Amino acid sequence: MRAIVIGGALIALAAGVALLSLLWTPYDVTAVDVARKLLPISAAHPLGTDQLGRDLLSMIMAGAQVSLAVSLLAVATALAVGVPLGLAAAALGGWADEAVMRSGDVLFAFPSLLLAILLAAVLGPGAANAVLAIALFNVPVFARVARGAAMGLWRRDFIAAARLAGKSRAAISIEHVLPNIAAILGVQATIQLSLALLAEAGLSYVGLGVQPPAPSWGRMLAEAQTLIGTAPRLAIVPGCAILLVVLGFALLGDGLRDRMDPRG
Amino acid sequence: MSLLSIEGLTVAYGGQVAVRDVSLAVAPGEIIALVGESGSGKSTVALAAMGLLPGSATTGGRITVAGQALDRLGPRDLDRLRGRTVSMIFQEPLTALNPAMRIGAQVAEAIRLHGRVSRREADARAGEVLARVGLPAEVAPPSRYPHELSGGQRQRVAIAIAIAAGPDLLIADEPTTALDVTTQAHVLALLRRLVAEDGMGLLLVSHDLAVVAGMADRIFVMKDGALVEEGPAAGLLADPRQPYTRTLVASARHRPARAAPPESAPLLEVCGVSRRHGALLAVDDASFTVGRGETVGLVGESGSGKTTLLRTILALDPPQAGDVLLGGESIVQARGAALRRLRRNVQAVFQDPGGSLDPRHRVERIVAEPLHLLDQRIDPAERRRRVEQALGQVGLSGADADRFPHQFSGGQRQRIAIARALIVEPALVVLDEAVSALDVSVRAGILDLLADLSARLGLSYLFVSHDLAMMRHVADRLVVLRKGRIVEQGRTADILARPAHAYTAELLAATPDLDAALARRAAAQA
Repeated sequence: MRAIVIGGALIALAAGVALLSLLWTPYDVTAVDVARKLLPISAAHPLGTDQLGRDLLSMIMAGAQVSLAVSLLAVATALAVGVPLGLAAAALGGWADEAVMRSGDVLFAFPSLLLAILLAAVLGPGAANAVLAIALFNVPVFARVARGAAMGLWRRDFIAAARLAGKSRAAISIEHVLPNIAAILGVQATIQLSLALLAEAGLSYVGLGVQPPAPSWGRMLAEAQTLIGTAPRLAIVPGCAILLVVLGFALLGDGLRDRMDPRG
Repeated sequence: MSLLSIEGLTVAYGGQVAVRDVSLAVAPGEIIALVGESGSGKSTVALAAMGLLPGSATTGGRITVAGQALDRLGPRDLDRLRGRTVSMIFQEPLTALNPAMRIGAQVAEAIRLHGRVSRREADARAGEVLARVGLPAEVAPPSRYPHELSGGQRQRVAIAIAIAAGPDLLIADEPTTALDVTTQAHVLALLRRLVAEDGMGLLLVSHDLAVVAGMADRIFVMKDGALVEEGPAAGLLADPRQPYTRTLVASARHRPARAAPPESAPLLEVCGVSRRHGALLAVDDASFTVGRGETVGLVGESGSGKTTLLRTILALDPPQAGDVLLGGESIVQARGAALRRLRRNVQAVFQDPGGSLDPRHRVERIVAEPLHLLDQRIDPAERRRRVEQALGQVGLSGADADRFPHQFSGGQRQRIAIARALIVEPALVVLDEAVSALDVSVRAGILDLLADLSARLGLSYLFVSHDLAMMRHVADRLVVLRKGRIVEQGRTADILARPAHAYTAELLAATPDLDAALARRAAAQA
């Protein structure tokens, strides 16, 4: 219960900041003013400025927007592709099941972040390709979870009753299976969001995520690297932002999972 | 002096009273039965006697085991008491055993916990105890794991563990409910023998009056947490005083009024159906028929292939050989519109009403689902009217259509499942252990409903069950299935009077029967 509250609060804070940044940030994040570079923490700049004189607080706020949007879109895409695949595998069995599961195994065999980097490098950098790359390695996760949960349901008598009512396997998957596995998928999606956010930060860090001048937590980390001795604040602030949001999603997912499991 | 004495026991969880002012006693060599339906609090009494109630329970009253008051004992004394003085066996032997430990080691552990013996000696004694419960090394070596045993053998291991340290009192909570009837008969005989040989006291918790009638010296009847009636077994069952006990005994004896079916052409013809699961031939060349208006009982124990055969008849799984004809047409080969038309004539009711209703759908949507089989779509008003009509036929109200399954009791849920089967006005309803999971009083109501529907609507039933005692009263003809083969079929009265196959005779002898048990007792006393 406490995990859900803390996780939910962290996510609500991040989402609130991201939404606010759409309307207002203290300073323009694209405005470069080298004269005001590396200013320390002050009333005017609560988190100081970076090496190009941009306000760090404004960058973090706008960065939240990018990070959350990319992870949400990626996980939503993965859900939209993976869940139907998993449902089909469970409903059809046989070669269809084998095909879906073995392709998933192949994807799982690659380190997922490396795969995303490879894909973004091939497709070219940018937010849309980052979404695609992150979605790709989340597809087998959702296919697997959906299939596992659906397989259990297909042995239940209410599915047999639906078949006696002449319902097709597709109709049964949508009417009976999907509503009964929605909670499990929701929990998994929350956990995957934490990983997607980390992946987005990783892609941006190596320059394959959203492109400048749009701010991004991952790139802020990369740019802070050379200044780590003189202004460690530039690395610590985006690092903490990533940490807190990933932690928020992970806590929320774990908490929801514990709540769903009656034995927990 | 009694081994177990419970005086004025009251147990509550939160504000909810589960057991109210229950008193009973068990003497050495005595079998006491605690009888009640689900939710009566009988298992709570058994757990309290072991000192195993969860910490959230508040208790009142006194429990004394072998002269020691349980509430005066510390945790270590309680541990010493359990196993050595009082021991317990549970309903499901699979969950009561450690799956990762050899059975011999599990029995030896129970011995070593309660006496200073060497490992070697404990192993030797474990072998002896296992042999005593009917598992000598040539049948089941102590090196076996629980999953390598049958359900009955696992329950024997659980009993071996329970008696390993030579307890004075054994508590058995529905010890044979999860077992087949022939296995149940063997396990019950084993318990009787152990009581007779060791002079142990046995507290037998059960819902099954027929089982209790053959076992108990005294019976205590519980309802809603309180004792309703107690007395010597034979007297209480033959002449119950309290209205509830009378209802219970009448329900166990219940036979729905049925008319003889008209002679007619067969509605369902199962012709030489075979189906294998991998190397196992689950159903081997099964053939039988069900006539219009007739009730046919398909009898078999777990693993006999009755569920596989049923799923083939319902065209849920295809057979590898043979055919299933409904009104002369093959349901196995039918596709599309033809299959939909045939499906309108055969519907099913499954065993567990909890599992056969989608928990996320309202009753209206559940009951209306087979209307999908109609050739033309019907409008919502007409759909609602038909759902309410079907609910009315099973004794539920139209307003129930707006509720969810979890808002109903087990018996009501089974009525919803029957309403779903009836909504397309089928000629044949397949009942897969449809009343096995229900309490006896609820079961009697459902059996009456089925008989009434058959009389009014001319329905045929294929009644699949392991319970021969019930089949006696509901089936016109019986089909006996064993290891995938039909070993015998014929008119119910003929088969029960003169079983032709040895397996049928064994099944019949093992089936607990209230009247037969009482007759045996009367004969033994005379």
